[in-house]
Amino acid sequence: MTAIAVVGPRRATFDRQRAIAGIFVMLGLVDIFVFGLLADKGDAVFTFTLTGAAVNVPNLSLAPGPVSEGLGALSIVLGFVYAGLSLSKIPQRLVGIAVTLAFVVSFLCWSDAGRVPLPFTSLMQSTMLASIPLVLGALSGCLCERSGVINIAIEGQLLLGAFAGAVIASSFGSLWLGLFSGSVAGGLLAILLGVFAIRYMVDQIILGVVLNVFASGLTGYLYDQALVPYQNRLNSPNTFNSVKIPVLGDIPIIGPILFDSTIFLYITYAAVALVHIGLFKTRWGLRVRAVGEHPTAADTVGIKVLFTRYRNVILGGLLAGIGGASLTIGSVGSFGKDISSGQGYIALAAMIFGRWTPLGATGAALLFGFSVACANVLGTIGAPIPSDFLLMLPYVATIIAVAGFVGRSRAPKADGQPYIKS
Amino acid sequence: MSQQDAGPGANEPADAPESPGGAKHAPEGAEAVANGAPPKGEDVVTSVLNAVLEGSSAVVTFLAIVTAVIIGGLLIAFTSPTVLHAWSHLFSAPGAAFSRAWDVASSAYSAMFEGAIFNPHTVSAAFHGGSIAAIFNPLSETAVNATPLILAGLAVALAFRAGMFNIGATGQFIGGAMIAGWIGFAVHLPMIIHVVVAVIGGFVGGSIVGGFVGNLKARTGAHEVIVTIMLNYVMEFLLLYLLGLTVFRAAGSANPITPPVATNATLPHLAGASLRINAGFLLALAAAMAVAWLLNRTTVGFELRTVGANPSAARAAGMSPERTWVIVMLICGGLAGLAGASVVLGTDFALTPQIYGAYGINAITVALLGRAKPGGVVLAALLYGSLDAGSVTMQAQTQIPVDIATVIQALIVLFVAAPPFIREIYHLRGRRGREGGQVLAKGWSS
Repeated sequence: MTAIAVVGPRRATFDRQRAIAGIFVMLGLVDIFVFGLLADKGDAVFTFTLTGAAVNVPNLSLAPGPVSEGLGALSIVLGFVYAGLSLSKIPQRLVGIAVTLAFVVSFLCWSDAGRVPLPFTSLMQSTMLASIPLVLGALSGCLCERSGVINIAIEGQLLLGAFAGAVIASSFGSLWLGLFSGSVAGGLLAILLGVFAIRYMVDQIILGVVLNVFASGLTGYLYDQALVPYQNRLNSPNTFNSVKIPVLGDIPIIGPILFDSTIFLYITYAAVALVHIGLFKTRWGLRVRAVGEHPTAADTVGIKVLFTRYRNVILGGLLAGIGGASLTIGSVGSFGKDISSGQGYIALAAMIFGRWTPLGATGAALLFGFSVACANVLGTIGAPIPSDFLLMLPYVATIIAVAGFVGRSRAPKADGQPYIKS
Repeated sequence: MSQQDAGPGANEPADAPESPGGAKHAPEGAEAVANGAPPKGEDVVTSVLNAVLEGSSAVVTFLAIVTAVIIGGLLIAFTSPTVLHAWSHLFSAPGAAFSRAWDVASSAYSAMFEGAIFNPHTVSAAFHGGSIAAIFNPLSETAVNATPLILAGLAVALAFRAGMFNIGATGQFIGGAMIAGWIGFAVHLPMIIHVVVAVIGGFVGGSIVGGFVGNLKARTGAHEVIVTIMLNYVMEFLLLYLLGLTVFRAAGSANPITPPVATNATLPHLAGASLRINAGFLLALAAAMAVAWLLNRTTVGFELRTVGANPSAARAAGMSPERTWVIVMLICGGLAGLAGASVVLGTDFALTPQIYGAYGINAITVALLGRAKPGGVVLAALLYGSLDAGSVTMQAQTQIPVDIATVIQALIVLFVAAPPFIREIYHLRGRRGREGGQVLAKGWSS
């Protein structure tokens, strides 16, 4: 392996800091020249109050020209700051977040200029909804890959979770049972992944792709064979109701977005926190990461490498299964063929974009969820950008990320390599 | 792996005492032990027996297919409503449950056979004034289904040989289909020239997508698996976007579909208009031969295999892995693009949002099943093509959903990729030395 790892004295020896700064400046220029100068006449109006909300937040009306140009100028300045000063890690991230936000705000102003008001709160609500399977899938990826098993089968785990969630919830009339079985279904596919990757040492990239095909074929087959003829009995689950968290849920704007949703969103919060703390603040996580980086060393100090891998793969599957269940009993209310429609691959992209860390992956998943939500919402207000390009965004962003523009996207060192005790 | 067991295998006693457990449980194993050390004249027999008992790659492939078909049959049997009904009376009529299960599964598979290979009814129909072409319709359908799988499978296989995973056959397929389709419906050229130009356009379209991946890997080290997966979706949405434009929309059509490709640009039928088999199949076979020639008879092929086996050694020998990656991905993309052209010019005759189907993903499994060799890819694609063609007939005759073919295909590859698993369930002895699949496992970071 070392032989292959040293290959390629990469020709790309460009200065990363400058490259990133260059991207910031470019985004600023887009803010100014596209979103600012090319915006349609008229203000962009954002509404924040949902029908029936207790507090009425006034609408925000922005003139796209000045706002986008101002934010663009800010991004350019930040880009030069980034290039000029050697910032430490946290300010670097803050600058990145600021430039991204500026870009998003100018983009929204440009999209809505002179059109019907943009329902900001419901846009963000659908962002959260779209992000749930992405975040849980990406966490599944983190758990697996940090222990050294590549998980491309997230898509399949989502799909099986969605299927089992709908069928079990529908036939037993219990949503909680559906949630539980969705999770278990994801776990079962993860067991297949684990056994074939760890015990039979099948190449994990091939394995993931094959398992996705398998899950798609199996659920598609069972859907036509059983769910279509027995639609009422097997494929008509209810969906979870929103649960508003007292006090927090009443905060204007933030409340409805973050604290008034189904149980799935709250599970997602808990999962993000648990995986992050687990992986980076506990002895458990240190061991997992040791197995993913250098299994031989981990084995030497008495960590059970194979057991750790099995456990993490299955834990990941359980999480992704919940994410899958959210697709059926969390929102739509019935299973359809290939309902996950590539979200498992977006989750994979989010994990890579987030550099194999739970928080980074969550951030990326939210960004990707936002672009999916935008594609749905902006289409209805007649925004000047084709929704296909918004849907393309997560994938393009990931290609840019792995091409090395966004930091060092490095996988755990032993990721994908079977461990053979010598 | 072939050096180990080519010659010496036959000279060793058939029942090596250190055979790890398994052999003594298996009935075939017992026979072999009973034979004892065979006389020299039976060398051929012994070596065949050895191959079977050790689970050589051909045997493993065969058993993988058998196992997948059996599991598929069980799945069919145990999800059929009539069978489930019979199971509920298991204790009053135990025979009925089993016979019903057998009936359902066997009728499904025989319908599949009739749709993919040969349907006896068509022969008797031909004697009573039916069409003779109908006899060959199943085979024609198999070939039609296999055509894009061969081409896209070659795209994946060739990349495998250079040590790369080309998960992006879907995106390259779309790239090829887009350009071939556009040339087909928007450009007006004379006969023959038109179809040739369109096919070349397909190659170029796929090459652009594939070349992008190769370039990115060579320049920045971006892992091709991630880039190709992401590009698949980028291309899918690009296709959707293009089909939304008036340039790509058939006049007066509300659906996202292009105008039909001109007759001049279609791949000619090989056996009359009633059979769908077309020149695309010949193109695919020619491509397989070309890839075989490229791999085994050219400098590029040698460099490609060397880089695939050990990039560091290749670099030390003065080759440039980066250059090879780019060339390989250009060719692979082109092959997958040809697959796109073969579909849009041979069977579909227009671009639609779902034109890429599952070809790109199945190409991976085909390449793996064919052990990344051109000949193997052709055989594997024919097998998969027959499953696809047969499952359509099966659904029409028995109402069993076509998706069962996908399940069987996935299982075949899962098992083929895990020879130790197949050896374990069939108690085969396994080769001495550590198992190394034909594609070594490797991680993201390489």
